[in-house]
Amino acid sequence: MTNYLWRLRKEIWASKFMGLSSSLPVFLILLMLLGLFLKAKPLFVLKPLSQIIFSSHWLPLKGHFGLWPFIMGTLWVTLLALFIAAPISLFVAIFLSEYAPSGIREIARPMIDLLAGLPSVIYGVWGVLIIVPFVGRYLAPLFGTYSSGYSVLAGGLVLAVMILPTIIHVILEIFRAIPQAVREASLSLGATKWETIKHVLLRQAAPGILAALVLGLSRALGETMAVLMVVGNVVQVPRSLFDGAYPLPALIANNYGEMMSIPLYDSALMLAAAILLVLVIIFNLIARLILLRVEKGLR
Amino acid sequence: MSLIIGRPHISLKNLNVYYGHLQVLKNITLDIPDRQITVIIGPSGCGKTTLLKTLNRLLDSVEGVRVEGRVLVDGEDIYSPGVEVTRIRKKMGLLSQRPQVLPMSIYDNVAYGPRIHGLKNKQQLDQIVERYLRIAGLWDEVKDRLSEPASRLSLGQQQRLCLARGLAVEPEIILGDEPTSALDPQSSQNVEKCLLSLKSQYTVLLVTHILRQARRIADYIVFLYLGEIVEHGPAQEVLNNPRDPRTKAYLSGEIS
Repeated sequence: MTNYLWRLRKEIWASKFMGLSSSLPVFLILLMLLGLFLKAKPLFVLKPLSQIIFSSHWLPLKGHFGLWPFIMGTLWVTLLALFIAAPISLFVAIFLSEYAPSGIREIARPMIDLLAGLPSVIYGVWGVLIIVPFVGRYLAPLFGTYSSGYSVLAGGLVLAVMILPTIIHVILEIFRAIPQAVREASLSLGATKWETIKHVLLRQAAPGILAALVLGLSRALGETMAVLMVVGNVVQVPRSLFDGAYPLPALIANNYGEMMSIPLYDSALMLAAAILLVLVIIFNLIARLILLRVEKGLR
Repeated sequence: MSLIIGRPHISLKNLNVYYGHLQVLKNITLDIPDRQITVIIGPSGCGKTTLLKTLNRLLDSVEGVRVEGRVLVDGEDIYSPGVEVTRIRKKMGLLSQRPQVLPMSIYDNVAYGPRIHGLKNKQQLDQIVERYLRIAGLWDEVKDRLSEPASRLSLGQQQRLCLARGLAVEPEIILGDEPTSALDPQSSQNVEKCLLSLKSQYTVLLVTHILRQARRIADYIVFLYLGEIVEHGPAQEVLNNPRDPRTKAYLSGEIS
């Protein structure tokens, strides 16, 4: 009996402890948001939040902290990266999982994982040396404009390459989890491999593919180093892919600690960080909503 | 030496199948009778499933597989170069061990095959869906929820849906790979009933490890052991008067 009580007590302790640990991430996010907003609060005395967010007026010395160019810079670069990376990663994953002989798959898989782990400054240097001149010298003239090369397009390209391996890795795992018998069911009806992929595997994998894309997006939103090296860091709302931009993470990383003598500058940076966090949360929520709809159609 | 009466639907001639260096099927020569239920029995790992997958060329997608010998369906060698694989597969409906519904609605599952093969007419598709769901004995249970995801059906219903889906491409042959092994007794009985009613129009080839099932529905029995055919013949003969001592041992439960 006492033995039983002892075991019961351990059971309760274990569940409580683990429950507490699991609530930690939730608390951390709330705590971060709260901390950032508290730090940014002095800024709101000057102007309401909506005016700061939607204003393009960035003159810190005169107390104008319009964050709109930075928000737009972030969105342009991130979404461009996702648009480039999404189809490519899907094609690569489908090829490796459904068409490639196992030899190629076994070589490609670790190489892709290696790419995912490269330090972002390496991607940055590669971007400066190759992508920026390529955009400035070849792509821009091709479209009849001038660009230094330091642009949204360069940022989007470098970022796309950076998030590709992560997305491919996750989608590969998802395809691997689909039982062979599902493929056989479709093939046995006389469908070709491609028809099976298009009508069956992609449907089955849709929720997982979406999750992989959101993972890539989240990573792209927060990526700092490589992007700030190639986007030009110009305070403006970009109007074309060849314009320079100044994403939020670059703003924070470039100026934190240096510009602190300017009044309220630190508050503006904290607000920028808070907005970045909110953007990540919003994208995740949107993905979750789409996911719910997709799954409703499947199960 | 052919033991069957009438025209064989499928003929295997000196069939050898290797996975890498491992030989899974050894010199199989066999005629499968037209419009009867042929049941392949044998302990697990004896090559039953491989034999089935050789017939609709699903083995093609497995790496490192080598097939030697000839497989004739309606007299055509399905392994000769230039054969259209999708056409061969369309001739045979497959029921797998666990029902594998496609990630779409009940209706779309049945319409999948005909659509793949080019049918777009909604009215014709409606007719096909109803017709084959009726044959599979599922129509009354699902007619009001055809647009629901197929995965919401019970396992037994799913297996009958798979049968309807397979029949909808108008095959001549039905291949079953232990199609009742994941089902409860009632559902198994439903599937068996379906198969029995289908044999007047289709050649049925069933793999099973349930001897009682073989007794209930088989017209023709093939006993496969360690990749070789030990004995085959009309069901009553093989089940009641096995000639080979290994068949005797298997039927009495000594090998399993």
